Amino acid sequence: MHDSTSIQVRVWRGDAAGGDFADYEVPQQPSQTVLDVVTWIQRHADATLSYRFACRVGMCGSCAMMVNGVPRWTCRTHVNKVAQDNRLTLEPLRNLPVIKDLACDMTVFFDKWKAAEGHFSGSLTRDRPVAAISPRDRLRRAANAAIECINCAICYAACDVVSWQADYLGPAALNRAWSLQNDIRDTNRAARLQAVSANGGCMHCHSQQGCASYCPNELNPTASIAGLKRQAAGSFLKKKYPEHYA
Amino acid sequence: MLELRLYLAQRISAAIMAPLVLLHLGVMIYAIQGGLSAEEILARTRGSLLWGGVYGLFVLAVALHAAIGLRNIMSEWWSLRGPLLNAFSWIIGFGLLIMGWRAVAAVVGA
Ligand code: SF4
Ligand code: SF4
Ligand code: FES
Repeated sequence: MHDSTSIQVRVWRGDAAGGDFADYEVPQQPSQTVLDVVTWIQRHADATLSYRFACRVGMCGSCAMMVNGVPRWTCRTHVNKVAQDNRLTLEPLRNLPVIKDLACDMTVFFDKWKAAEGHFSGSLTRDRPVAAISPRDRLRRAANAAIECINCAICYAACDVVSWQADYLGPAALNRAWSLQNDIRDTNRAARLQAVSANGGCMHCHSQQGCASYCPNELNPTASIAGLKRQAAGSFLKKKYPEHYA
Repeated sequence: MLELRLYLAQRISAAIMAPLVLLHLGVMIYAIQGGLSAEEILARTRGSLLWGGVYGLFVLAVALHAAIGLRNIMSEWWSLRGPLLNAFSWIIGFGLLIMGWRAVAAVVGA
């Protein structure tokens, strides 16, 4: 039996070979987060439960899971906002292989960041003065709009194209690439434009904003991807692909 | 770069189709007003380079647009890739082109 002071929690338990749901009853607390619930289960019900977290304050991006079918950052998700009838169903993030229980393997996700040339390439050494860039600059504002990503893979879990097309780079990697395409200090923009408009790149996006609706930092990867499409198409039509990227 | 080319071809074909659809609807409504029969319409289209060109171009745009769109769907829903995906795309594109151009030929041909 349960009453309103407890939460009925179904947690997916298993590994890459398969698994099933297990049921737990967790006492309700004021201001309780979904991550608090998972931690309670591990400390008081079953110490073998595997999950991942680090910062508990929405900075590190490691605690994302499917909560009642929706990808969420569990450390910043309050139970009373998402529980239905005092019930929670917790699963590992969609679109990524499971390692064990609620922890999934993020390797593909980060490999795609690399494939999208998601790293900054500068031309200055630490001995040179810092580049002076006005915060009001058009490109700098575009870079800023996409920059606050915590690599949580929530958008990646929300994206249907990722689930259909294993080689699609996905919203997070493309959003990151767009941020760097707008960084005038970056020296790798032609190669990056080529990387993100190749097969598996930005052209596959359906622009339906599943990623943007779930990004906990309210970023809009769809808009970033549209920017990449514009940039690639524009440079192709001007016959300056991929060198023309501004 | 194939993806980028297909992406652009699909957008450009859409941009061609949109005004031609409006033209088609407009002319249809206009032609019906006077109560034209099929005979009378055919008398006007037969041998017309203009209508042959307009509908010929429309069919070309449709064949391109639909083949690329269905290519994406086949790749996403059925995980088709490589030669099989290309083969299906060409069959759809050419099929539509031939059927469409046959219809155009029937309307403008003598
Ligand atoms: S808008 Fe694009 S990247 Fe975002 S969820 Fe949809 S298909 Fe994926
Ligand atoms: S774009 Fe948003 S949802 Fe996607 S990884 Fe970054 S912070 Fe997470
Ligand atoms: S634990 Fe760091 S974002 Fe949730």
